[in-house]
Amino acid sequence: MSYLTLAGVNKIYGKVVHAVKDLDLSIDKGEIIALLGSSGCGKTSTLRMIAGFESVTGGSISLDGKQIDTLPPAKRGVAMAFEGYSLYPPLTIYENIAFALKGSRLASSDVDKRVREVAHLVEIEDILDRYPSSVSGGQQQRVSLARALIRDADLHLLDEPMGQLEPQLRALLRGRVKHFIQERGLTAILVTHDQTEANALADRIAVMEDGELQQFDTPRALKNRPANLFTGTFIGEPPMNVFPAQTRLQDDRVHFLLEDDVALDFDRASFSDAVVERLDRGTEVTIGIRPDAVNLDSNGKPAKVFVNQWLGDQTHIAAEFAGGSIVSVEHQRLALTEGEIIGITIAAQDLHIFESSGGRAISHGGQLNER
Amino acid sequence: MHHYSPLERVLRGVALTAIVIFFMFPIFWIVLMSLQTNETILRSPPSMVFEPTFSNYAAIIAGRLDSNVASMGIEFMNNLMNSIILSVGSVTVALILGVPAAYAFARHKFRGSEDIAFTLLSFRFAPPLLVLLPLTMYFQQIGLADTYLGLIWVYQLICLPLILWIVRGYFEDIPQDIEHAYRIAGHSWFATFRKIALPLAGPGIAAAALLAFIFAWNNFIFALVLASADKQPVTVGALAFVTASGIQYGQIAAAVVLSITPTLALALYAQRYLVEGLSLGAVKG
Repeated sequence: MSYLTLAGVNKIYGKVVHAVKDLDLSIDKGEIIALLGSSGCGKTSTLRMIAGFESVTGGSISLDGKQIDTLPPAKRGVAMAFEGYSLYPPLTIYENIAFALKGSRLASSDVDKRVREVAHLVEIEDILDRYPSSVSGGQQQRVSLARALIRDADLHLLDEPMGQLEPQLRALLRGRVKHFIQERGLTAILVTHDQTEANALADRIAVMEDGELQQFDTPRALKNRPANLFTGTFIGEPPMNVFPAQTRLQDDRVHFLLEDDVALDFDRASFSDAVVERLDRGTEVTIGIRPDAVNLDSNGKPAKVFVNQWLGDQTHIAAEFAGGSIVSVEHQRLALTEGEIIGITIAAQDLHIFESSGGRAISHGGQLNER
Repeated sequence: MHHYSPLERVLRGVALTAIVIFFMFPIFWIVLMSLQTNETILRSPPSMVFEPTFSNYAAIIAGRLDSNVASMGIEFMNNLMNSIILSVGSVTVALILGVPAAYAFARHKFRGSEDIAFTLLSFRFAPPLLVLLPLTMYFQQIGLADTYLGLIWVYQLICLPLILWIVRGYFEDIPQDIEHAYRIAGHSWFATFRKIALPLAGPGIAAAALLAFIFAWNNFIFALVLASADKQPVTVGALAFVTASGIQYGQIAAAVVLSITPTLALALYAQRYLVEGLSLGAVKG
């Protein structure tokens, strides 16, 4: 039995906007989960339904075996860090954090110890005596995070908890916060649109788009075995290269015919029998290749470079290929100029194949995608 | 901070002085009048040189008006007391009813909420005389005419919409997540309303209450029609100085000074809240 269960949860605003559609999600105790998606995908609505600030239009939510979706927020035993910080203006930073422990009946020395510990964690010890209006947005955000983490709640909800922080601090806090949550065995749900943050903090990531759950899996699986074309192109930076293709099985080869008469062909043995059988049935597919799997090889298919950008640790090369463009990531500087022709090769184990309509994954690296 | 050129500074000074004189002169003049007898007030041309007398104040406080023809009793101190009872009572009732209502209108969008709020505001559009005639008849039938309770009830037409609409704006300015943060820490919505929403909207509530108090204090027509002599506030009571033997300017002036003193004192005391409350940005995120 999982710890937090969302079963068939729907959220409809004013009979018109269907913000969350039939969401099923099961989370185990001690897990850190990220809800990842672009703005308006329903991730914050989901979080607010768990917190109790939005009613559930349909479906149910239960926490630790108890149905909570009809309880008032105060009775749900959840803590939350708000995207808009929401600190109490008349209280100091210290009081704002200590305030979260008011209901817990701790001795004031214990409260003090815990406030200082969590203040140290998020690096705000030097502003404890100041008021929210006199500190920066990034500091307010860390106070809001501290106020949520300090509580002994059954579930911690973090809504974009690090969006306002500068990159170095964000990297530092990700590590510390993850350690803090794991050390105490807390269960947390994080809402973010930043996949680096989701990858760094979460054990599993729920990718949402247009109110629907696209995939709920580990960061590694999302990258290697995306369930559909959306997840495939959403996860990963720079995004996956995709091309419409027609398949043809001939002799011992599998051919993919792309636009502009570009053909990729692979040894039939690179694909499992089930994949070959599937490709034989429907010939219209979409193929996807991660930029780091696009190899430059003078014997490969020709492509015309139009961008060559060195980012300090890697090179992004964009080239015209098969009626579209293809991006390749290389780890050293390359002396390619605009208009130069390069050769591209792709290995069968790096190939992701999706249905052309609906975008469901058919295979990854030659193995059938299991559903 | 802006930096002004010397010329700008001089012009600003002149403009401010002109405005202050324009608004303060009537008060200044009425204070002067209250310290004179009818003869010195009515001499022509008027002069600011006179022998001050407190006889006007003495007459009002003692409740005896001695004119050159006869002497008659006036109820001015009683009127002042009525004004205080009616204004304080109306504002208190309006706060008790209006603040929770304003919170509900600000936080919960329910069916017809905008219509109800607008209906309440529309009480301010109709001329008071429109409702007074039917109201008088009803009040006489149910025994509310000429009672404090009845007057305070009618005064809600003035105070309630004012408080409701001003305070609602303040509640809407408070980010809802501040309340959510408090609720999720294990507090009921009522505790949240009391401990978070009310204090944060405090300056706005004070400003609205003060404005409502001034409006109630200055009301004339409701009390004129609905109250008999012993329930009349100062606005109506001042009519008593128009006597058969002439208008007692000195006493009117003294009465006016006495009647504006409470509101003026309140406004000065609450100036900070008023400025804070009536300018936007009472809650900075």
